[in-house]
Amino acid sequence: MTRYWWKVLAVLILLYTIIAGLTIQIPMIGTNAESSRGLFFHVPMWIAMYTLFTISVVNSLLYLVKYDLKRDVAASSAANVGTFFGVLGFATGTLWATYTWGSTLPTDPKQMSTALALFIYMAYLVLRMSIQDIDKRARISAVFNVFAFALLIPLTYIIPRMVDSLHPGAGNTPGFSKDDTDHHMMMVFYPAMVGWALLGVWLYSLQMRYRKLELKNIFGNDRP
Amino acid sequence: MTRSAISPRFATKIFCIALKIGKTSFHNGCVKSIIFAPVKHSLHQIWTLVKKDILLEWRQQYAFFGILLYVVSTVFVINLMMGKPEEKTWNALFWVVQLFVSVNAIAKSFFQENRGRMLYFYSLVHPRHFIIAKLIYNLLLMSLMSLIVLLCCFIFLGNPLINFSYFFGVVILGGVSLSLVFTMLAAIAAQANQNAALMAIMGFPVIMPVLMLLGNVSRSAFTAVVQPGLPQMFVWLVGMDVLTIALALVLFPFLWSD
Repeated sequence: MTRYWWKVLAVLILLYTIIAGLTIQIPMIGTNAESSRGLFFHVPMWIAMYTLFTISVVNSLLYLVKYDLKRDVAASSAANVGTFFGVLGFATGTLWATYTWGSTLPTDPKQMSTALALFIYMAYLVLRMSIQDIDKRARISAVFNVFAFALLIPLTYIIPRMVDSLHPGAGNTPGFSKDDTDHHMMMVFYPAMVGWALLGVWLYSLQMRYRKLELKNIFGNDRP
Repeated sequence: MTRSAISPRFATKIFCIALKIGKTSFHNGCVKSIIFAPVKHSLHQIWTLVKKDILLEWRQQYAFFGILLYVVSTVFVINLMMGKPEEKTWNALFWVVQLFVSVNAIAKSFFQENRGRMLYFYSLVHPRHFIIAKLIYNLLLMSLMSLIVLLCCFIFLGNPLINFSYFFGVVILGGVSLSLVFTMLAAIAAQANQNAALMAIMGFPVIMPVLMLLGNVSRSAFTAVVQPGLPQMFVWLVGMDVLTIALALVLFPFLWSD
């Protein structure tokens, strides 16, 4: 119990957010109507993605310090799962945009910047595939990971906040928090962010353990 | 000579005083040899490497003329397809041509070094000096290429500019930004089996915000309308350049430890 309490917590929180997110009374804001419920499923995907990308870059940095291959496995697993959540976030976002903005892919700065973040991590995964030698792959992809993350991920987070966006709460579009007088939405929204981030970390740890088992002969027989 | 200029002797004196405060007394000459000799040595190394690249380029010249032909044919094709485009299209096409020219020009600078020669450099110089030399050389090369692209665009696509000197400055700044980012990416791609396609895959997402900023900033050269938030965009561009240099200096030694 001491080791996997957070997994239980993740399941409980996600059950709560899915049930409450679909049934709770929410305020009707502008053209959003019931589609505001997308907030509980769309934004947490980005939180999970950024969490996993941060884990990935921290592991890459640690790899460059100690050249421990386990760190490389961790970095690539986190990038994998992070990209998966990014794609999910993009999918939920476009689904919502189709009904609220009237177009699946309008040129919105936030959408563009997250697409960039996804492209970077896909390039990272392609880079990994292109190098066969395991040590060389670890070193070079770690360098690229740190370079791209430091150069761009903060930017994809900051720039969309400075320019006008179609997103609720940016530019001229009304946000949700003002009309949410009972704080019903926030009661679901904040736990949802924590829950999905925890699920992301869980998936990441599963993939990491699986990969370490695959590479058991290289790492030696100690417990992965 | 005004008194405001700080001479090297004065700087040495200040340093001596600082050392004395730290309860260590050094001779004037001793300080010079400790502080200035290594700096002078590394500057010499960097300069030699830059000179070697320029000399190599000057002797072979195939890269320069290859890129020149690339630029001219690209711009000529655009001219054949759409004649003289309007301002917005002109701007977009100019930066796209710049992007492809920089990928081609800079990819060469690392891919021309074969494995044996890299090993030779590795035994001679510190990796940081090597990357600084490459950054400087690519910066010079890309500035030159930017001017050639600009000239070609004027000849084949007409001149819709109102504020020429402003656009000229933006082009040089853009050339510098592109060359810095692509130098680091070329270094990574060169390690990954000299894969040029990989450089494009890695480079385009990273360079896209820079290109968007450059495209927005250069729009002021076409109209007399004042653009809001212009200084901030310049701060972003210069900030990204500084960050790129810092990251290259920190990360390149890891790439090189083969």
